[in-house]
Amino acid sequence: MKYYAYYPGCSMEATGAPVEMSIHAIAKPLDMQFIELEDWTCCGSSPYAGVDKFKAIGITARTLAQAEKTGLDLVTPCSSCFTILHETNDLLKEDHRLADRVRGALAEVGLAYNGTARVRHVVEVLYNDLGPDAIAAKVVRPLTGLRVACYHGCQQVRPSYGFDDPEYPDWLDKMAAALGASPVNFPLKARCCGSSLVISEPATAVELIHKLLENASENGAQAMITTTCPLCHLALDGYQHAVNSKYRTKYNLPALAITQAIAFALGLDFKTSGLNGNITSPKKLLEPFMTAQPEQAKPETTAA
Amino acid sequence: MSDIPHTTFLDEVAALPACGKINECIQCGVCSGSCSTATHWEYPPRKVIAMVRAGMKDELLKSNSIWFCVSCYLCTARCPRDIKPANIVHGLESIAIKEGYKPPTTTTTMYRSFAQSIVDHGRVYEFGFMLKYFLRTNPFAALKMLPMAIQLFRHGRMPLAPKQVKGKEELTTIINKMGEGGDR
Ligand code: SF4
Ligand code: SF4
Repeated sequence: MKYYAYYPGCSMEATGAPVEMSIHAIAKPLDMQFIELEDWTCCGSSPYAGVDKFKAIGITARTLAQAEKTGLDLVTPCSSCFTILHETNDLLKEDHRLADRVRGALAEVGLAYNGTARVRHVVEVLYNDLGPDAIAAKVVRPLTGLRVACYHGCQQVRPSYGFDDPEYPDWLDKMAAALGASPVNFPLKARCCGSSLVISEPATAVELIHKLLENASENGAQAMITTTCPLCHLALDGYQHAVNSKYRTKYNLPALAITQAIAFALGLDFKTSGLNGNITSPKKLLEPFMTAQPEQAKPETTAA
Repeated sequence: MSDIPHTTFLDEVAALPACGKINECIQCGVCSGSCSTATHWEYPPRKVIAMVRAGMKDELLKSNSIWFCVSCYLCTARCPRDIKPANIVHGLESIAIKEGYKPPTTTTTMYRSFAQSIVDHGRVYEFGFMLKYFLRTNPFAALKMLPMAIQLFRHGRMPLAPKQVKGKEELTTIINKMGEGGDR
């Protein structure tokens, strides 16, 4: 069993709920335990940094200090939280004056920042600590022949923390392949979904989402497999209607977070996999795999 | 050094966290060429940096530039001089908000509603902060968002009340303490 300090981030309690469900659903069968940080608070994300850079760093540092106390790696599914936490941790290790100021603020609430936390992303943990082979070994419901476009997004791979390739990553592709799916070429796999502007500049965000759906579909994808980031997932799963009405298109491409896809392939039902929460329903697409696979999968399971 | 007041716009920006390398920019334009939303910016990222260095504070902060940054970090990953344009852009946003600039975008209001939600609840309460944003900007635009809100609600993705987090008090203390140090 592997243990992690888990930081879901604010969106996971709301728009990211289906992805959150899938992460907890696969943890046990994959021998992982995500222990939620007690009483965690917001990481600040980009908007708070745009309001007050210094206060934003103080907010982020609270989570880093809390994680240090656990002695475990700090893991988050949200790419925005991941970047903010990682970036702030690096910055505080470099900028001693700023670190002293942060220590002063944290001391007021009995916390200490030492720079010992290791900030990680759920996707990176699944890939590096578990790996496609270990995942493949547990698949009972392979997604054989399903053509998927694997969307990594921005902040999972950039700025670069030595985590996959910042321009053309492929860890999600490798994990999707481990589930039996066939990843298609997807040139825009690490371009932005525009989530941060979806409220205040929706036209710009919808323009970016349109490009992604267009690119995935041009390349023959029947579905998308996304990072666990709740913002990326919502953009692709939830905004297809908005894209369709603006661009007169007819996209209906189910977007499964990688953890939802893993949950399904491990044999979990729709509800437990969080798939009932998806707005672009993947039911029709996945049903054949539920009924047809057991016979096909049998010889493999008996052999194992 | 901390006691010397800001002399120029450039000093003010360079003093912000992770913005210190702005002087080493070679104006190659890789950031503008990479930017996910550059076509929407009145002045794209390379120009933003040039304007900071030229002291064109008002022109820059009154424009819509910087507010279209989606934090995709393509500029930062590709910049040959490790300037971190994304950090500079968010730093500029914080200067603009603090000094009361009114750029032609409602993203400023969205940021403020977001930040207020953190102060009020300790965590961002998505539904509440969006509602606040629409009430402050254009309540009719909220109607356009209604179908989306209904979808989210139906799929169990929109709780109707915020969680109360104990850490909120701690957070307020940290925010106040960090605020005491000023902007350098
Ligand atoms: S990519 Fe870097 S060096 Fe080139 S113009 Fe942009 S900030 Fe300057
Ligand atoms: S991080 Fe912002 S400035 Fe940089 S490329 Fe992306 S949108 Fe443009």
